[in-house]
Amino acid sequence: MNKLTEAPGHIPHTGHPRKGFFTDTSICIGCKACEVACKEWNRNPHNSEYELLESSYDNTGALGADTWRHVAFIEQDREHIEKARDSGRALVSLGMPGLGPPGNSDAAGKPSGVDTTPPETPDFRWLMSSDVCKHCTNAGCLDVCPTGALFRTEHGTVVVQDDVCNGCGTCVAGCPFGVIERRSDGTAGVKAERDFTPGEQAPTRNVGVAQKCTLCYDRMVDGQTPACAQACPTTSIKYGEREELVSTARQRVAELHAQGLTEARLYGANDADGVGGTGSVFLLLDEPEVYGLPPDPRVPTADLPRMFKRAGIAAAGMLAATAAAFLAGGRR
Amino acid sequence: MANADCIVIQGSNMAECHPVGYQWVTEAKARGAKVIHVDPRFTRTSAVADKHVPIRAGSDIVLLGALINHVISNDLWFKEYVLAYTNAATLVGEDFRDTEDLDGLFSGFEPETGHYNLASWAYERKSEESDGHGHEHGADTAARAAGDQYGSGGPPLGRPDFEQDLTLEHPRTVFQILKRHYSRYTPEMVRDACGISLEDFDYLARAVTENSGRERTTCFAYAVGWTQHTVGAQYIRTAAILQLLLGNVGRPGGGIMALRGHASIQGSTDIPTLFNLLPGYLPMPKAGIETLREYCDGIASPEQKGYWADADAYTISLLKAWWGDAANEDSDWGYGYLPRINGPHGTYQTVMSMLDDEVEGYFIFGQNPAVGSANGRMQRLGMSHLKWLVVRDLNLIESATWWKDGPEIASGELRTEDIGTEVFFLPAATHVEKAGSFTQTQRLLQWRHQAVRPPGDCQSELQFFYELGKRLRAKLADSTDERDRPLLDLTWDYPTDEQGEPDGEAVLAEINGRHLTGPKAGQPLSSYTEMRPDGSTSGGCWIYTGVYADGINHAADRKPGQEQGPVASEWGWAWPANRRILYNRASADPEGKPWSERKKYMWWDQERNRWTGEDVPDFPLDRAPGSRPDISVGGAAALAGDDPFIMQADGKGWLFAPKGMVDGPLPTHYEPQESPVANPLYRQQQNPARLIYPREDNLSAPSAGTRGSDIYPYVFTTYRLTEHHTAGGMSRWLPYLSELQPEMFCEVSPELAAERGLEPYGWATIVSPRAAIEARVLVTERVRPLVVGGRTLHQIGLPYHWGVGGDAVVSGDAANDLLGVTLDPNVQIQESKAGSCDIIPGRRPQGPELLSLVADYQARAGVTPETGSDKVTDPKPVLGDGSTREG
Repeated sequence: MNKLTEAPGHIPHTGHPRKGFFTDTSICIGCKACEVACKEWNRNPHNSEYELLESSYDNTGALGADTWRHVAFIEQDREHIEKARDSGRALVSLGMPGLGPPGNSDAAGKPSGVDTTPPETPDFRWLMSSDVCKHCTNAGCLDVCPTGALFRTEHGTVVVQDDVCNGCGTCVAGCPFGVIERRSDGTAGVKAERDFTPGEQAPTRNVGVAQKCTLCYDRMVDGQTPACAQACPTTSIKYGEREELVSTARQRVAELHAQGLTEARLYGANDADGVGGTGSVFLLLDEPEVYGLPPDPRVPTADLPRMFKRAGIAAAGMLAATAAAFLAGGRR
Repeated sequence: MANADCIVIQGSNMAECHPVGYQWVTEAKARGAKVIHVDPRFTRTSAVADKHVPIRAGSDIVLLGALINHVISNDLWFKEYVLAYTNAATLVGEDFRDTEDLDGLFSGFEPETGHYNLASWAYERKSEESDGHGHEHGADTAARAAGDQYGSGGPPLGRPDFEQDLTLEHPRTVFQILKRHYSRYTPEMVRDACGISLEDFDYLARAVTENSGRERTTCFAYAVGWTQHTVGAQYIRTAAILQLLLGNVGRPGGGIMALRGHASIQGSTDIPTLFNLLPGYLPMPKAGIETLREYCDGIASPEQKGYWADADAYTISLLKAWWGDAANEDSDWGYGYLPRINGPHGTYQTVMSMLDDEVEGYFIFGQNPAVGSANGRMQRLGMSHLKWLVVRDLNLIESATWWKDGPEIASGELRTEDIGTEVFFLPAATHVEKAGSFTQTQRLLQWRHQAVRPPGDCQSELQFFYELGKRLRAKLADSTDERDRPLLDLTWDYPTDEQGEPDGEAVLAEINGRHLTGPKAGQPLSSYTEMRPDGSTSGGCWIYTGVYADGINHAADRKPGQEQGPVASEWGWAWPANRRILYNRASADPEGKPWSERKKYMWWDQERNRWTGEDVPDFPLDRAPGSRPDISVGGAAALAGDDPFIMQADGKGWLFAPKGMVDGPLPTHYEPQESPVANPLYRQQQNPARLIYPREDNLSAPSAGTRGSDIYPYVFTTYRLTEHHTAGGMSRWLPYLSELQPEMFCEVSPELAAERGLEPYGWATIVSPRAAIEARVLVTERVRPLVVGGRTLHQIGLPYHWGVGGDAVVSGDAANDLLGVTLDPNVQIQESKAGSCDIIPGRRPQGPELLSLVADYQARAGVTPETGSDKVTDPKPVLGDGSTREG
């Protein structure tokens, strides 16, 4: 922990429980309803040349200023599946914090009639995962924002105030996940209403300022579910109090492991990781890198004290050297 | 579906195409169900299933037939259920001959007409007399337009007085016929015909049988992957036979789920937009059926069992709803006002009539045939022969712009200045801009409220048709011409709001029906059983009666699931009678007790002397399980206490269909119209009763073993993606959806890519005997080559959302241009799920050179209109070198 990052006790504050997402990729059907619902609600411009991205069924590529939910598609063969199963099993034997007590799963998590014989490894699989801003416990973007445009909401989420942001872009480098981005004006806005005049577009909002998922702050304050979670047909995206979501997620991992699907593991549920855990928790079926997620995310400001210390020592050394030079010179 | 222990999704890509409905599969899986996806491609459905079984497109009857064989020969069928609730024990007449006897034909095929005479498929009667009313049991119904005109019921059978053998040993019992019919549908046959390994078959067979019986249920889900074949209706029949044998019909977690209901597809057959149906699956009258009596007798005999015997009450109530006082006893209830059909007048026949200049004008609503219909070129050229064309849509779809930027303009076949068609575009309101009901795949009506007013000149369908009717009636007001009476006598008066929008609930009330006379006059009907054939009731669609019971719009019922029981009867309203599972009498054993505690649903309440349970009983409420009414009373009164299939003429589930299907009483595997595989079961290659249209603009690729089949060596299949909606009218104009799938592509295996030199994400040209299109190439292991009949077979996947035009956000070549028009004889659906093609690297040529490319392939393959047009496959033996079967 460092001095620049918010105080450890800052979540929860004002009496609201911390809110977040649990994205269970094991039941994601890759329909992208989350992407569309997000853009619809937030009136984000589409960001495309309308060409194939050459990446399976993914044609939006990555999270960015305009895409705040992004579904990744990964095609894998048997060898990869076996590796994922092994690495997931290894996490269990290491006592991965993503797993609850062993006896727990049978009592609560396992529905009756579940076949618990380990399934044979399939020859092929197609992973789908809906990524989103992590709403970190120690948020790099918020730490480095010089204007205070980024702030921690009463629900423990991290949100940009569009009218405060001056577009300096420091936060873009500050995010260990590559989530936040400045909106360029090279994109076309969406039609404001259906007017039968092809080509007429509404102006793009918030050009030049930093943009990312707000966890639908505007919906949340009205007690509504964020657009993506609301639109998800299979409940792959769950919204709620982070603590409850994490325990649901742990149960789900235990359930899958009991079925022999040891590739399941959690991402973001470990409060001791480099960002202090994330508000958006994921159940993955392979190593995070496979999904384009950093395996060991680390808030950049975590290194600041050490850097300041070193810089301090260096500065002191310089001062000492200068003083010594003067002293030495004075003797002449 | 959430109650199923095993779900087999076959002929459907449910997670992609019905993602909202897929929540129930996710739910079932969370409760421990096994989910198996059988499909030519590994799709997003396969990705979340327990197992994906790749199959050759067009071979599903072999797989399902092998499961039937597996169930029968390993004695895994549900004996009490099958004996009591199906026609397994009924005897079929002596004249019946199976495809096993006639090398792929059933008895009764008439080569001159290409139709079956159904007489020999009849049950054996106990006595020769019967049939007092001259019902056409055993008579020729082949000339009927379609088998689906019987709707959810069967055809008339007369008095259900048939010979039975409850030991099932008589060789002419349905059970023995079934057993023999599928005896060669073995796992090895599945391997050779479908390309499915013995291990995968074993996995599927185990999963299905281990999850069926008293304690467990399996359900099947299908969509157009089953229907869109020249034997499409029989695919579903095969699954029905399997499910009846396993006791999976009428029970929670059982059934065969027909996945439909995009927008309101289900609603558009309930209250139909089809040429051969009236509301509630009543048939459209045929020319020559002069009286209402004659018409009703053709639907059901009053002597037969079940609720179709009351078809006269449903029909007269419908006529009263349409023509009010003008429908009376003296006018034969207005029966003479109904139009008549004299043959199939489906969409494809209409397009061919356009090309013959027999059609002057055409309305297109919610459809984009220039992109979405088979043989798109024929569709577009057909429209160029019209005098006028009206397109009502949200956007300027390709069906409205083909005359200026369609593919035929580019190829030089059409010149804009030569086209005489006057095209009108009328903007339509979207679903959020109008109120009304959607009927989804579970037969559930859900009310939709208007969120915003339609912009500009956009109108709802309701307003458009109401206005059109008003204007036509005004123009004809002074007419004395007899032919204008039907229009002038219509009850055409609905309350409208200040914008002129008719009140949708008033229409719903009319559909529901009301009492017209007596103490309840004016009150809504609460059930179709209240309908009378004497003009005292009206109702626009008998199966919807009850949706407006007590004057309440039950389609708008919206009690949250957590506030009610598992059946959730207070969410929306399901036809008929708000019943959520059809034939649910079968969820109890013959004595009326639940088959098991786990699958308890409906049961006989001894004390209250009535059926009760979670749902609305689908049975006469007080008919005790053991009752054996005198069958001579006919109708619902004749149903025995163990006749759960209340719409069938004998109250039983039909393993063998003595009538109703025009291409066979039992499903049989035939190859698609175009197939690089010779039928491994019979000499007969294709469905002999399929509807073919041999024309220069509708050529077929040669089948296996005939000259030129190697010119189109690959199988292609068409499908949808989650990101787009059918022909794109509702998605390709939206940037948010267009960016998710911006370009037309094809999906091929790495092996095929290597064989043909296709570069990943490069371009490829796909050529069929009708057209050549271009697409970007997705090389993926999700498509894998199959070994069929000992040789490698490649399949190519083609989404069909894109079309050529200048108005959409994204455009591209249309996959449906590759398809020919060959139809299933029962329901007139085109074969879009399996065709033959070639694929070559690079973009297609432009202009007239494109036509040359297609013509060059045709010449090399030697295709003519005669190719593939033999109804009965030439009996000449195939030569050893496979060189010819043609003369």
